[in-house]
Amino acid sequence: MESALAIVSREAASHGAARVERVTLRVGAISGVEPEALRFAFEALSPGTVAEGAQLDIDLVPARAHCAECDKDFTIESGFLFECPVCRAFSGDVRSGRELDLARLEFSTPTTPDHVLQN
Amino acid sequence: MSSKIEEALATGFRINPLNRAAAPSPRNLSGPLSAEISAALASSPGGEVRVQSVDVNVPLLEKNDILAERNRGYFLGRGLLALNIVSSPGSGKTTLLERTLDEFGLEERCAVLVGDLETDNDGRRLNRPHAAVAQITTGTVCHLDAAMIARAAEEIDLDGVRVLFIENVGNLVCPASFDLGEQVRVVLLSCTEGEDKPLKYPPIFKSANLVLLTKTDIAEALGFDRALAVENIRRIAPQAQVIEVSSRNGEGVPAWYEFLRARLPRRR
Repeated sequence: MESALAIVSREAASHGAARVERVTLRVGAISGVEPEALRFAFEALSPGTVAEGAQLDIDLVPARAHCAECDKDFTIESGFLFECPVCRAFSGDVRSGRELDLARLEFSTPTTPDHVLQN
Repeated sequence: MSSKIEEALATGFRINPLNRAAAPSPRNLSGPLSAEISAALASSPGGEVRVQSVDVNVPLLEKNDILAERNRGYFLGRGLLALNIVSSPGSGKTTLLERTLDEFGLEERCAVLVGDLETDNDGRRLNRPHAAVAQITTGTVCHLDAAMIARAAEEIDLDGVRVLFIENVGNLVCPASFDLGEQVRVVLLSCTEGEDKPLKYPPIFKSANLVLLTKTDIAEALGFDRALAVENIRRIAPQAQVIEVSSRNGEGVPAWYEFLRARLPRRR
């Protein structure tokens, strides 16, 4: 989470944003990361950073593997046994589900309308 | 907060679209406004707020991944094979490396980086005149990371070294997430641990190129079912090669050396 907040600060600075409204993380089903632990870490570490008070969204990515026998991808419903639902072969060829990315940020910058500046 | 917003919140209004309802939006437009935006709205009659949504798509372990790629390039550039050796504490990593240095290490020049939270006991056990060894003590950190490896690799003489063994901190969980820049990840499972370890700690086994089933010399005394253990490894990690070894009586050790030989980068 510390590296996530470091990236958030960097991106906010490069976009000239004063504040981050929303942070979206992409977390794979077999990334080894617990969304609840991420939320806890975000709440514990974000105060005092540009992301303080931002909403944390977590997009979960299902795990998918490729079956060499059927030459098809299949979704892994749960657990770590990647068994092809058609031919029951075990696959080690993981195509998605390991993601742990900072996907999207939403910044907001209050702008002062021209007529206010003129006053 | 502007009076209009306060009013709207106080009335608790409902919206019931009767037709052409908007598709659910990923944006929560009606969520509470942050204090700063509310203040800006209140202070500027125009009430304009510029909202920017930016696709970032940066892996969170970015820093470690970049350093790991740099390590990998460095190791390949030097023509050496780097292996990340992971397992629970006490499953025989150091004993396997002692024997490997004494036998294979006479054939090809080896070096070892060994990680523990505290003490240099393992480094001292592995210390051989013909092999460079560095101990990494991590303090409280439960895994090695790419930055530690980069620093440690600078601390030992890698001239002429063909194989770099990185003995990770004994831990079956966290090291799975940290690429060190190795070309090969070796996971050890010892017969003292139970046949179902791969089912209980899948991520690390999923990431293995080679699984070594160790301490096979005492398997029978323990009532350990080797076939079942191998079956469990194959179910969780079909991509991995499996070798059953005993560092004590030498079973399977030649196959381990053959595995290493087959992966040596071309001599520069």
